[in-house]
Amino acid sequence: MGTTMTRLQPKNRVLAWVEDRLPVLSFLNAHTSGYYAPKNFNLWYYFGSLALLVLVNQILTGIFLTMHYKPSAELVAPGISAAFASVEYIMRDVSWGWLIRYMHSTGASLFFVVVYLHMFRGLMYGSYKKPRELVWILGMLIFLALMAEAFMGYVLPWGNMSFWGAKVIISLFGTIPLIGDSLVEWIMGDYLPADATLNRFFALHVIALPLVLLLLVVLHLGALHEVGSNNPDGVEIKEKKKPDGTPLDGIAFHPYYTVKDIFGTGFFLLIAAFIIFYAPTFGGWFLEHDNFLPANNLATPTHIKPVWYFTPFYAILRMIPSFFGTAVWGVIAMFGAIVLLFLLPWLDKGMVKSVRYRGTGYKVALGLFALSFIMLAAVGAGVTAEKIPEWFGEKADATFIENLFGRFWTVVYFGYFAFIWVYTKFGFEKTKPVPERVTTHD
Amino acid sequence: MFRKIAALLVAGLIGVGVAHASEEGGLEPANIRLDDVASMQRGARLFFNYCSGCHSLRFLRYSRIAEDLKLDPKDVEQNFMFAGGKIGDPVISHMPPEDGAKWFGKAPPDLSLEARSKPEGWIYNYLKSFYVDPSRPLGWNNTLFPNVSMPNALWELQGIQTAVSKPAAEGHDASIEKLELHTPGRQNAEEFDRTARDIATFLQYAGEPAALQRESMGVWVLLYLALFTLLAYLLKHEFWKDVH
Repeated sequence: MGTTMTRLQPKNRVLAWVEDRLPVLSFLNAHTSGYYAPKNFNLWYYFGSLALLVLVNQILTGIFLTMHYKPSAELVAPGISAAFASVEYIMRDVSWGWLIRYMHSTGASLFFVVVYLHMFRGLMYGSYKKPRELVWILGMLIFLALMAEAFMGYVLPWGNMSFWGAKVIISLFGTIPLIGDSLVEWIMGDYLPADATLNRFFALHVIALPLVLLLLVVLHLGALHEVGSNNPDGVEIKEKKKPDGTPLDGIAFHPYYTVKDIFGTGFFLLIAAFIIFYAPTFGGWFLEHDNFLPANNLATPTHIKPVWYFTPFYAILRMIPSFFGTAVWGVIAMFGAIVLLFLLPWLDKGMVKSVRYRGTGYKVALGLFALSFIMLAAVGAGVTAEKIPEWFGEKADATFIENLFGRFWTVVYFGYFAFIWVYTKFGFEKTKPVPERVTTHD
Repeated sequence: MFRKIAALLVAGLIGVGVAHASEEGGLEPANIRLDDVASMQRGARLFFNYCSGCHSLRFLRYSRIAEDLKLDPKDVEQNFMFAGGKIGDPVISHMPPEDGAKWFGKAPPDLSLEARSKPEGWIYNYLKSFYVDPSRPLGWNNTLFPNVSMPNALWELQGIQTAVSKPAAEGHDASIEKLELHTPGRQNAEEFDRTARDIATFLQYAGEPAALQRESMGVWVLLYLALFTLLAYLLKHEFWKDVH
């Protein structure tokens, strides 16, 4: 099973000497030309390599940003911190600083675009199912680390939304019974998000979490190459082999998918460059208006909301009411929304992987699940709060309508997991026959 | 089918961004163009004559203004730098913030990032929304920023506006229906629109001087990437000929 490493014998004597002692080339060969991937990958299979591309972009641009950024909340002018001033210094006085900063800020949002599509691909084609459960779990851990990384990165410019966002998110830990209040103080190192908070978030953002992310990505790819890639038909290509032992429906990752991913990269960079050069704030979605104001603990922004990629989870948090005198239930639901994704390989008992051959119930449920994610994002981003008075008239009880709407989609989100388990556990699903071989390729 | 759903999703996301960007909460469009150098130059002159007494642009240097607005550094020194200093200095108002706080109730904010911290067109609309209100300490109020501390610095140009109130509905306070020009100023309505637009354009530039670079450079980056993507597609097509 897995990738077998053929020992290469380079002609060059220096390379051969190294190869005898540390088989770097053989290793790389085994994971590129020697790695066989199904030949029927479609559009959805670009997002893995694109996620890696964005990760490299974030690390490279991040290195240059740290050369000029100052993680200090100390004031250098009335109301303006050294951190805030250093970001503007990068935007104005550092050569190409604006480009590096926009590449980093746009990259952060596009990272989530790409990762969410990558995860949805996994749901559609059953890529989380046996034997790829660990690939999925490691991917989910990457998602968690990425959320922590993005949250702390958002705090660094020390704008007003950095400050208030940090205050709201950290105070979630305050809902934990008994230890909550001291935990919040411990995380911030102060009674408010302050210099100590900014310094530790900087350390975590530029060293600790990137190391964790890189390690997890290596493990994610290692686990993937051990079991092999899934595909849009959900067929195990290793079951039908050529006489030479390579899969009948497999093609070498290099050159076939490297060259295909280069095309995907070009297309993705076109979109990214358009945003970087012509809409770097993306209408306030990627860089928010309130974060161009310096942090001010006396001026609360009108609407405190997280950046778009956290809004579905933020909506779940807001939609769960407090009862028994504590607000911890919303926090539990929010984290539960992510924990359930970890458990998916064991909640879904269906034997058929790809949505192409699964029952109608599954197709409808998956569509509703994706829709609930988008609708909850709209609630969390304040789109519904803004639109409800427009749609229902000024006299309507906006909070009531928003809660009804948000709670409905929260139920749909959690309902997906309950439905999948019941649907597959008790044999309600009527699947179609899965073909022996992959059906299409482009 | 899923390809269609994906296309719809992408289209929807882009739509959301554009809709959000174009939605300015009932603001009159300002039609700011950063390629209009003359407007930015007029805006800079107005800023230094009417605004810089109280407001700083701490993140913008005089030398950068000269370079980007195609002005002679000597002219900038003579016309914009009222109290001397070096051409590489940032634009700092000479009014001490403590005095500002004492005189206006709040120290006048730095305007370097004012345009970026507000929706598009906000400054243009704000400058046009002042009216006399005897209940305020300085006699001025603003419909876009109610109870603002700032008086109308441009009243000589704009003239003096008064508020026309709607009759109050039962149980509600009277609300302002529109502003009316009470005493004409040195400019007519059209000229003052241009004045407000010029200042807004200059502050838009001040919020992000790099915008001039990125907008002129972006098209070349996109053309290069389009060519690269086309070549990559042809290369992929060539390699994949032997996949059956």
